[in-house]
Amino acid sequence: METKKTYERPLIKPLNTGLMNKFGTRTDYATFPDIDGAPVADLLEKYGSPLFVYSENTIRKNFVDAKRTFETRYPKVQFAWSYKTCYLNAVCNIYHSEGSWGEVVSRFEYDKAIQNGVKPANIIFNGPHKSDDDLRMASKNGSLIHIDHFDELYKLHEIASELNIKPRVAIRVNMDVGIYPKWDRFGFNYENGQAWEAINKIIANGKLELVGLHTHIGTYIMVTSAYALAAKKMADLALSIKRQFNKTITYIDMGGGFASKNTLKGAYYPGTDTIPDISEYAEAITSTLLNAGFPHDELPYLYMETGRALIDNAGFMAGTVIANKRLSDGRSATIVDFGVNTLFTSFWYDHRVTHVEELGVHTEDTVLYGPLCMNIDVIRENIALPALRPGNHLVVHYVGAYNVTQSMQFISFRPAVVLIDTNGKPHLIRQQENLDIVQSHEVLPDYLNNK
Amino acid sequence: MVLKKNIAVSDNGFLFNPTTGDSYSLNATGIEFLKLLQKGKQNDEIIAEISAEFEIDTITVEKDLNDFKSTLVRLKLAE
Repeated sequence: METKKTYERPLIKPLNTGLMNKFGTRTDYATFPDIDGAPVADLLEKYGSPLFVYSENTIRKNFVDAKRTFETRYPKVQFAWSYKTCYLNAVCNIYHSEGSWGEVVSRFEYDKAIQNGVKPANIIFNGPHKSDDDLRMASKNGSLIHIDHFDELYKLHEIASELNIKPRVAIRVNMDVGIYPKWDRFGFNYENGQAWEAINKIIANGKLELVGLHTHIGTYIMVTSAYALAAKKMADLALSIKRQFNKTITYIDMGGGFASKNTLKGAYYPGTDTIPDISEYAEAITSTLLNAGFPHDELPYLYMETGRALIDNAGFMAGTVIANKRLSDGRSATIVDFGVNTLFTSFWYDHRVTHVEELGVHTEDTVLYGPLCMNIDVIRENIALPALRPGNHLVVHYVGAYNVTQSMQFISFRPAVVLIDTNGKPHLIRQQENLDIVQSHEVLPDYLNNK
Repeated sequence: MVLKKNIAVSDNGFLFNPTTGDSYSLNATGIEFLKLLQKGKQNDEIIAEISAEFEIDTITVEKDLNDFKSTLVRLKLAE
């Protein structure tokens, strides 16, 4: 029997001259059939579509690389996994197994870290909202409480008196490091003297043990010199504390905010070409601290709370093409089964999207829509993709940070999450939601029950 | 829909419209569709020929043919 030719949706594409961007990215013609050896189509069949997939190999490699990068430049480094970036227990435990502490910003995250076996003393409790009960609990446990505002500071004084203990604290410091936006809503300001006032109050009062200084200058910071400036100001504070109060600060926590290789919307160059390597961030921070003037035996520990840069490229969203359609202006549109409710970072990034099956090399500029009956549900406003057909599978890259934690149940169920272990074996680490799960917290008053 | 008579398409999918000076590229299936349209074939004939030649169902071919023809009209290669 004669074999028929492989079919591809017919495409015709205008050829434009004079419009090329010589720095433009090439189109992804290559297929992306598997993640760490696990075929994407098989994963989708087994666990449902869409599906979040994490690569344990990549998570571990990211962490080991970052740790080595900092530790070869600075003798005392401690990483704390930023829970809010991705607090799936399986993911957190990978970081903890590599030696990472926990950095949390709520009681919910704190309790998760405790359940994941993190020693209370190795939990950094950040954030602007810690209830009185949270502060009592963290104080009793000896966790590191990073004070955000004066109300919290005074409350901790009360709690310290009430419990007759000396909570271990740091203050969060915000500062001008020449970037926009200036994150001055968190912590005490450096330039206007607020940070120094907080330090004075803590030391003068004597009820709290000031062990560290913390800053977190922003998110997705692409300028490493901002970190150098921040480290300089933190070191100046620590040295001033030593000079004025003869007190040695144990650690300087430089927070996170390192960019991943994603391409921000509106960026002219792709993120892969413009985002600094983690070694550039490390060099800016560590060389500043090493040259700040600390006595050799009083060099503070450097704590890092890097989240996004350690997880983004380890996470994938795999999904399925639902339909193709033509918009009123003739543009091609493709509807896929994952939307902005689960892929929140589509609002920020032009995510790389690749196809799983072998398709032709001809591409068409396409709008990629999610499945929600909402106009905002756009995954990519414009992307060159081969002639997709319903049922084809796609993989969205660099989605490991903030998507699972910020995804919301909306219109459809949130997808399952699978971890591919270091041997290429998939493990279900979060079940797909179903109607029972979604409705489990609803209460229907008897008088509205029509059954 | 009537394809403009003077458009030229090469075997490797390069299409030139001498009226406007615009050029286009077609994928392999696009070339097949266009050549059948140039021969004046009707929808039923095109669907039958394409589904006989390619591994595809007739419904998909019909959908794709309609979309392809509307694109040709939009690009002013047909009217």
